[in-house]
Amino acid sequence: MLTKLHTNKGSQLALGLAAGFVFGFLLEKGGVARYDVIVGQLLLTDFTVLKIMLSAAAAGMLGVHLLRSLGLAQLHPKPGSWGATAVGGLIFGLGFATLGYCPGTISAAVGQGWLDALVGGLAGIILGAGIFSSVYPRLRAGILAKGEFKHRTFPELLKVNPWIVVIPAAALIAAFLYWLEGRGL
Amino acid sequence: MEWLTMGRWSPYAVGIGIGILSWLTFVLSDKPIGCSTAFARTSGMIERLFRGNKVLEKAYYKEFAPRIDWEWMLVFGIILGSFTSAKLSGQFKLDWVPSLWAASFGPQPVTRVVVALLGGVLLGFGARWAGGCTSGHGISGTLQLAVSGWLAAVCFFIGGIAAAFFIFRVLG
Repeated sequence: MLTKLHTNKGSQLALGLAAGFVFGFLLEKGGVARYDVIVGQLLLTDFTVLKIMLSAAAAGMLGVHLLRSLGLAQLHPKPGSWGATAVGGLIFGLGFATLGYCPGTISAAVGQGWLDALVGGLAGIILGAGIFSSVYPRLRAGILAKGEFKHRTFPELLKVNPWIVVIPAAALIAAFLYWLEGRGL
Repeated sequence: MEWLTMGRWSPYAVGIGIGILSWLTFVLSDKPIGCSTAFARTSGMIERLFRGNKVLEKAYYKEFAPRIDWEWMLVFGIILGSFTSAKLSGQFKLDWVPSLWAASFGPQPVTRVVVALLGGVLLGFGARWAGGCTSGHGISGTLQLAVSGWLAAVCFFIGGIAAAFFIFRVLG
């Protein structure tokens, strides 16, 4: 692995900016810098968001696991628990529909000129994250630790070689997207 | 180079592009793509302007130091990349109220901004509670086959679909 590059602070800031530029370019071209497209997904009338997320997951999954098998990359799966991941996920969902953007797409929306995203949403996300930092000490040992996951990834949970999960998961995603297209969605 | 000035690309081209971008960030930076931590760090940096170094004592900021890092630059890069793409295709336009919102709740910017602020608070709070967002959990978590990533993504959509139907089919 490129450990020397990973620890070079200046290079990493530049690489982060470059990766963000490409990410933002792609999000804008995908149409997900738009409130109408994101809320359309949540109202189940426009499936652009799901198509982008699932094809990114499938392509990413195949490549990243291959790089890992070749010793060129390591995984960084996040820990989680029912109390943190599921409860937090549902709160996030409420915000997702109310705001109509998520933290990545709102940045793309700002780049496309959306002032509701810049003046309202961006300020709100920063405020919400700040409120969380203040209540964090009280939640940390309580609800956030409830039902902690012993295994971080599905291959660990199932005690199998990652490829036993990667191949069927990518195939299932492809089949689901094919089905979605077949239904004209 | 006509594809650079196109307004929309196929969602599959965009998705696969993001997947390939992930390969690169894993190899070159040893990092998955994620966005919401940058907002927490920004919040800490702003709080520090007002309250000084006491902020660094907060348990949360001991884990997520309020400073500019790789991910913060990534979020800043998204704004620049999206701006460039929108300028190339002529889609850049300063606007306050999305049309879907206006159709149900009217064209006044103030209502939209207040609701966006409220939604933003919930989103920022929920993202830090869940430990990630649609990028960190929804794309990077799922591609790593993380249990947390798949569960979070499902919950994002359950909460999001329920709230969207309430807002547009009950209130709207």
